[in-house]
Amino acid sequence: MINRKYFYQGLKSLISLRSPAIALACSFIALGALMHNAGFNLQQSVASSFFTYALPGQLVMIESFLVGSSLVNIFLSVWLVNFRLYPMSVALVPILKHKSQPRWKYYLSCHMIAVSSWLIMKETYKKIDQKYRLDYWFGIGCGTLLAAVISTLLGYWISDYLTTEMMIGLAIVNPVYFLCMMVSVMSNIKIIVSILSGALLGPILYLATPEWSILIAGIVGGSIAFLIKDKKNGSI
Amino acid sequence: MDLSSNLILVIVVTSVATFASRFLGILTAENISDKSKIFDWFNYVAYSILAALTARMVVFPAGALLESTLLIRLIVISISVGIFIYSNKNLVLPTVISFILLTFLSGIY
Repeated sequence: MINRKYFYQGLKSLISLRSPAIALACSFIALGALMHNAGFNLQQSVASSFFTYALPGQLVMIESFLVGSSLVNIFLSVWLVNFRLYPMSVALVPILKHKSQPRWKYYLSCHMIAVSSWLIMKETYKKIDQKYRLDYWFGIGCGTLLAAVISTLLGYWISDYLTTEMMIGLAIVNPVYFLCMMVSVMSNIKIIVSILSGALLGPILYLATPEWSILIAGIVGGSIAFLIKDKKNGSI
Repeated sequence: MDLSSNLILVIVVTSVATFASRFLGILTAENISDKSKIFDWFNYVAYSILAALTARMVVFPAGALLESTLLIRLIVISISVGIFIYSNKNLVLPTVISFILLTFLSGIY
């Protein structure tokens, strides 16, 4: 069913010096504490991280719940804020594909798409035989998902001991992690252009349309990068 | 409806809304090769979206980060990314230091 050797190899990416575990832990500890304070119980908090497993969407959920939004409104705002997962998924699946792999594995594995797992996969997939990439991806995905769930649990338990300053400190770790990962993939001009234009357009467009800014910035920035000419034409 | 079942519904709705984008991605990618132009476009858009999201989190944060100033956030981030580059791309060091640094600085200001 799943090739163990490649699964463990993927899992091992969580205990290396390039591990996303600390970034994941910090953000999901903060999330667990927030859910505790918002009135969710332990099972609900853990279930949310397991079944949703997308931080911005979970934050929107807590906010919407606290202000008493309707279920339809919650659905729409979460869908919009997590829509980034759609292009990420399209840009991931083709590198995992192999005719020997059964379809259900793709359907199950897409639940594990998150920024951290996606970035690791994009950085390392070329070293893995195409036939076993899906198994390797399962390893990364299960590891990151598990780290998120355990951290939510931990955050829920220790929420009373977290000071305001610590909550602020926890919140910076995720952007720092994303930024470091992006610095390390900036190897060709097209990726550099897509990252820089997105980073520039995101906050500018936020002033005009907070809900749509990320999506529009990404489409515009990505299209600019796509259209510029690159002699080497390498992609990640 | 009581609070508990309401909360469960909220969690289910959030999970479905999130899974929809992931699953739609799988369906779209079914006939896309990693050597095609359309794959490249999605790839650049994905990187650009992540960059936009990261920049938004720093410049216009939500939640706890709102209580720190932009200048302090930028200082902490610059130091952390600097450490990342000079530590031969060690990720553990900059993430741990960013937490300690911002926790410490928010206690002072």
